[in-house]
Amino acid sequence: MKLILALIRRDLMLNIRQSGGAGTALGFFLTVVVLLPIGLGPDQALLARIAPGALWIALLLSVLLSADRIFQQDYEDGSLDIMTMGPVPFEMVALAKAIAHWLSTSLPLAVAAPILGFLVNLDPNAILPLFLGMAVGSIALSLLAAIGAAVTVGLRRGGLLVSLLVLPLYVPVLIFGLSASQPPGLGPDIATPSLLILAALALVSLVLSPLASAAALRSYLK
Amino acid sequence: MQFLANPTRFLKLANAVLPTVWGLTIALLIIGLYGALFTSPPDYQQGETVRIMFVHVPAAWMALFVYSVMALASALALIFRHPLADAAAKTAAPIGAVFCFLALATGSLWGKPMWGAWWVWDARLTSMFVLFLLYIGYMAIWSAIDEPHRAAQVARIVALAGFVNVPIVKFSVDWWNSLHQPASVFRAGGPAIDKSMLWPLLVMGLAYTFLFLALHLTSIRAEIAARKIRQIHIAEIGER
Repeated sequence: MKLILALIRRDLMLNIRQSGGAGTALGFFLTVVVLLPIGLGPDQALLARIAPGALWIALLLSVLLSADRIFQQDYEDGSLDIMTMGPVPFEMVALAKAIAHWLSTSLPLAVAAPILGFLVNLDPNAILPLFLGMAVGSIALSLLAAIGAAVTVGLRRGGLLVSLLVLPLYVPVLIFGLSASQPPGLGPDIATPSLLILAALALVSLVLSPLASAAALRSYLK
Repeated sequence: MQFLANPTRFLKLANAVLPTVWGLTIALLIIGLYGALFTSPPDYQQGETVRIMFVHVPAAWMALFVYSVMALASALALIFRHPLADAAAKTAAPIGAVFCFLALATGSLWGKPMWGAWWVWDARLTSMFVLFLLYIGYMAIWSAIDEPHRAAQVARIVALAGFVNVPIVKFSVDWWNSLHQPASVFRAGGPAIDKSMLWPLLVMGLAYTFLFLALHLTSIRAEIAARKIRQIHIAEIGER
């Protein structure tokens, strides 16, 4: 357990001290959110209607684009090879790296997104549900991104392939994330059950993602 | 299963079975299409366009079935290291993708006169589309990794991850939206469709299944041949 925490701390440290970490993902997120109103026109009513969806899609894309960093560096400099031989089960190494990605990239984005919602005229009542939905959903996003990152780790042009592989897996998270982000008071309450399903998705990926990513990494490390 | 682990034995069996399978496919297709296009009555609501269903619905069944075959083959490869399972999974993917595309395209052709639009974001269309994307992703992995052994190992994981996700996508998309008519063949209390339409549909389903079997066996055979060619090339380079 101590070793796993040490791994997470190491990854977080690397992320914070290196430029191009969470800050870049946040910048990318901001760019997507700014481009959307430009593409769709500045109509306030329209923007308010699509705001949660726009923020969610910006979140998916930012998480995805930062995904290749989860394993890439450690694969290239050989640290992963050494970790396969260490005392920590390799599945746990994969989990630790996904958690580090969540803490360093997805969670900050989930915190920032509802606040940046004012750019797309987000209903103030939706800020809290959106934050809750994103905070829970981003766990699943990071874990699924880890599978994609592991599967393409040894490829020179993995970036686009990661998106192709992972975006279809994001469909359920997006759907339930959006219905969890409904502001209260609009029709029947679907936010709570959606949030619970999001949590279920996060838990399922918590179990399956380390297995899948570790298996994929092993086939590259041989 | 172990019996088929030997490629030579598999080839012998495939060669023996293939003519029969092709024959059955063609016979069933002729019977099914005749029933679909001539004997079955036009629908009282949909008119003649209902005939698209006989091509569309079995294609959708097959798209799901082939993905299951692919996932099963991947699981067998992962668990038992079955030497032909990877080839089976790899060759099933393009066939399944084509069935999936056929279902989407015919559905779209049917949607234009019925719903007034080529594409409607309804639940089933969306989950079918996601399935199509999963097929494409799986094939992309095979073509992105040059080394065949490694590609096989990685592709297994991609296939299984997608397979776990298919029911979740289905469920989530149903929750999201539904315009499509509910399932009318496989449901509690028996099929809700008339016998005159049901039998051509089932015959077509069977015909598609045999078509898949024939195509799949043929392409596994081609895959084995490709492997042999590769080995010969490597051996030749070694001799130089």
